[in-house]
Amino acid sequence: MFSALANPARFMAFSRWAAPILALVAAGLIGAGLWLGLNAPPDYQQGDTVKIMFIHVPAAWVAMMAFACLGGASFISLVFRHALADAAARAVAPLGAAFTGVALVTGSLWGRPMWGAWWVWGDARLVSVLVLFLLFLGYLALRASIDDEAKGARAAEILALVGLVNLPIIHYSVQWWNTLHQGESVMRAGGSALAPVYLTPLLLAGAGYSAAFGALWLARIRSEVWRRRATSLALRAALA
Amino acid sequence: MTEHLFSAGKYAAYVWPAYGASVLGFAWMIIDTLARARSWRRKVDRLEADRARET
Repeated sequence: MFSALANPARFMAFSRWAAPILALVAAGLIGAGLWLGLNAPPDYQQGDTVKIMFIHVPAAWVAMMAFACLGGASFISLVFRHALADAAARAVAPLGAAFTGVALVTGSLWGRPMWGAWWVWGDARLVSVLVLFLLFLGYLALRASIDDEAKGARAAEILALVGLVNLPIIHYSVQWWNTLHQGESVMRAGGSALAPVYLTPLLLAGAGYSAAFGALWLARIRSEVWRRRATSLALRAALA
Repeated sequence: MTEHLFSAGKYAAYVWPAYGASVLGFAWMIIDTLARARSWRRKVDRLEADRARET
């Protein structure tokens, strides 16, 4: 499937219907997840702040997924010099930065009533997610700062590949170091620590955020393909 | 079923701004994505129309 979609014409035909369908799926899943989440009873320890979990955790999941996509697309672009992979990498970075920003802000708003602090510099989970945010911004800044688009892409893609090392650091930070951030509670050995009344809306919202990310990414890749087509047409017109 | 809906008690000052930040984040992503797509699509259509007229 992926090799078939590597052809820009086939990708444009596929994404034309796939993006709106994913958007509809996302709206349904997020709506259902948040409806159940907002109706969930207060947690015995965290009270009503548990409602922040249904928007914070999915944003953090998708932020990491976005960087994995950025790294994968950058690898394909660097190794196989594939233009659509480069377009995909460029398209995913702003989305990743936005999801990471949402995760940081909502996490801070959750941390203040629970830990008594908006931010803790010594906390490995918080700092590693901030590094993720800076990596997305660094990728975008590097691409924008080099006039030669191909050279800018190469430099930014190398940064994305190096930045992949941050993903396991984020994931295992709550195990490797003492942190204020709670440990793994969904995907852990022995099953989830969450009661179904919290787990079900969290998983629905997580699936919805992932579908929304997919829809937005496809739409942005389409936009990037059009940008390149416009640049190419403008160049041809200027040379004619 | 809806007894807890929109109930955030003493934590309302943290819960609703968090939802607001998420709405803003999604709004920016959706608006920026659609605006970019529309803008480049129109530019391509215009350039292709110009090219067709010239040939």
